[in-house]
Amino acid sequence: MKMWKSATLATALAVLNGTSVMAACGLDAGRVSIVGNEFPAIQTVAAGAAACAGGGVEVEANLTADHQKINVAGMQGNPAEYTSAIIANSSIVALINEDVIRPLDDLIAEHGQDIPRNQLITVDGKVMAVAFMANAQHLVYRKDVLEQIGVEPPRTYEELLAAAEMIREQGIMENPVGGPYQAGWNLAQEFTNMYLGHGGQFYEPGTAQVSINNEQGIATLNMLKALTEYMNPDFLTHDSNATSAEWEAGNVALMNMWGSRTGVLMDDEGSAEVVYSNTMVGAPMTVGGGLTPASTLWWDGWTVAKNISDEDAVATFIALKNGISPQILNDETMGQAVWMIEGYEPAPVNEGVVSAIQMGTTPYPMLPYHGLLHTALGDNLADFLQGKESAEQALMDIEAAYTAAAREKGFLQ
Amino acid sequence: MKHKTFFWFVFPSAVAMLLFIALPIVSVIIQSVHVAHEQVVVTVENCGPFGCTEATMIDQEATEELRREKPLGQFAGLETYFDRGHLATTEVAAAWRVSESWGEFGGYLMNLPFYKAMGFTLAYTFIVTPLTIILGFMIAVAVNSVTRRVRGPLIFFSLLPMIVTPLVGSLILYWMIDARGIIGTALQMLVGDPTLSVKASTPLTWIMLMVYGVWHSAPFAFIVYYAGLQTVNQDTLESAMIDGANRWERIRYVVLPHLMPLTTFIALIQLMDNFRVFEPIVSFSASAHATSLSWAIYNDLGGETRQLSSAAATSVLTIIGVAILLSPVLVRTWRDFNRKAA
Repeated sequence: MKMWKSATLATALAVLNGTSVMAACGLDAGRVSIVGNEFPAIQTVAAGAAACAGGGVEVEANLTADHQKINVAGMQGNPAEYTSAIIANSSIVALINEDVIRPLDDLIAEHGQDIPRNQLITVDGKVMAVAFMANAQHLVYRKDVLEQIGVEPPRTYEELLAAAEMIREQGIMENPVGGPYQAGWNLAQEFTNMYLGHGGQFYEPGTAQVSINNEQGIATLNMLKALTEYMNPDFLTHDSNATSAEWEAGNVALMNMWGSRTGVLMDDEGSAEVVYSNTMVGAPMTVGGGLTPASTLWWDGWTVAKNISDEDAVATFIALKNGISPQILNDETMGQAVWMIEGYEPAPVNEGVVSAIQMGTTPYPMLPYHGLLHTALGDNLADFLQGKESAEQALMDIEAAYTAAAREKGFLQ
Repeated sequence: MKHKTFFWFVFPSAVAMLLFIALPIVSVIIQSVHVAHEQVVVTVENCGPFGCTEATMIDQEATEELRREKPLGQFAGLETYFDRGHLATTEVAAAWRVSESWGEFGGYLMNLPFYKAMGFTLAYTFIVTPLTIILGFMIAVAVNSVTRRVRGPLIFFSLLPMIVTPLVGSLILYWMIDARGIIGTALQMLVGDPTLSVKASTPLTWIMLMVYGVWHSAPFAFIVYYAGLQTVNQDTLESAMIDGANRWERIRYVVLPHLMPLTTFIALIQLMDNFRVFEPIVSFSASAHATSLSWAIYNDLGGETRQLSSAAATSVLTIIGVAILLSPVLVRTWRDFNRKAA
């Protein structure tokens, strides 16, 4: 967890820029308090917002991996503790469900005419968030290992399995495939990717009635299981961080990984030269002859709380707009994400996400009840992957767990 | 003590208990018999950087009205308690009908989240509690019999597992039992299986969690027993020696009976603590192999959509579970009390 009083930071930035930050933001009062996930790109945005601090303006940021557990509670009070939550397309749903964020149309009309239209997230015609970066999972591979077995980077999961078999057969690596398969959120996300790649639909059209116990669901589970045969046997305990560590240790040659995390794998910290200089990113893979990649598209964006004074809302809006202005892009921040900001030039590390967008990858579903299905998936896939139950049983369990939860939350009767 | 003095003496702690224990429990019970309002869902068009899609959202205006009328949600009675996430009465009955053997029925039960959690929780409680007591007693006797000069440092080192924050302690152990960690590799060499992985096997994960549990709480039993050992009557011990009792007989017939009330005390506290096992499951990322009631509560509250009623129902079931677990001991204490009063 990282929390800072941004006055010092703002001063530091002011010195760096050599200009008055007050003039840049044009604010004289207001409270800005940001809650969000913790990774480099979001830290950059929060620091950009903090540049508006000074005079009567207070800017604070609480960036933590546990942001989803605290943002709703922190915005339900009146006045809300957090004036803004930085969220993604999955987590904005919880904020809309609980009605804790405000439509931004008035603020945009008055202070945000220059924000490009495609960055605005509209729900039912009302702007609810401003996106600033895109993210997706895609292939990461070791160039040297693939050259050794004489194979092109895989474009489908079937090709990936074939390459993994060759790597194992030739004795290069025992468990060449990696992936964040930790039981819970991560594993549910891998199911989501693979199910969409198979062309699956999560719900009966137009209802909250789940329907994943079908051919695509079984094909998805079998593919996940086939992949785990080539993974470190501890895969059910590996989240994104542990998978990255496996990669940096040189134990893995092929994996499906988040674009926002590849920068760390390609820099010269934490791994041997042969690992980081041969780490390459590729497009997301397709599966089962499908055309849409087995991956999901994500945006990260910021919101403004509902239960705060208009003065604080204006300050929050302007500070965060400053946090995503073209000025935040420099040599260091450019490669941190696929920014949706003017002046952004994709670095090689960002190619995976860029091709995910070009290939028409499905965005992660923004449905009020989808969080419940994600939880149900995360709790009920491990038994199948350990060979304790059949695919049909696992899918039945998921549907039953989701249905019980959706009844409790009033989505199903 | 005069009644008035007694009243003023316990008043502050009674108020604190009412405020911080009784009221939250009441609020949890109320929460658990309510579920969310029937959601008013509307179809809308959502647009973003990746284009527009048809999606549904909650109609806030309609929902706000419902919430204003009944802020707690719909009254559901015990519905949540009996749904699939908890006691799962329908599913259990169905499993009973189709099962041909106890084993098959057990298999069905272990596939339901509540019974799966209960299975591990009870196994953990009934294995870790006695082992903690035995190990704690052994350490206490050992420390008590070394020369006074080294006792101070020894006590400190024996207490370390309890001083280390549970989350940190279990994380350290987690990395040590990794297939490439010191304990993991040692185990592989010991059994001669280079592919052995503790984290990938359910039985080994259970054993690891229980070893951690004993390691973490043995110091508590130790320090209580150590204090008790200082009060053992030396005259009795000496006369036992004169009667020709060896060391084991002295422990068996003099020390153990003397420490019996302490054993009851440690057992009570440990039963309560172990029934609420939680931290090791999170820090060992063990939820694929073992879940507990506390973990289920955490999991309900940690998702993107919080399931407050489900978490509340599991909390109430946990309280009931603790009460049942402690009832034999409490009944005995009550009888002793009555006998003395009579």
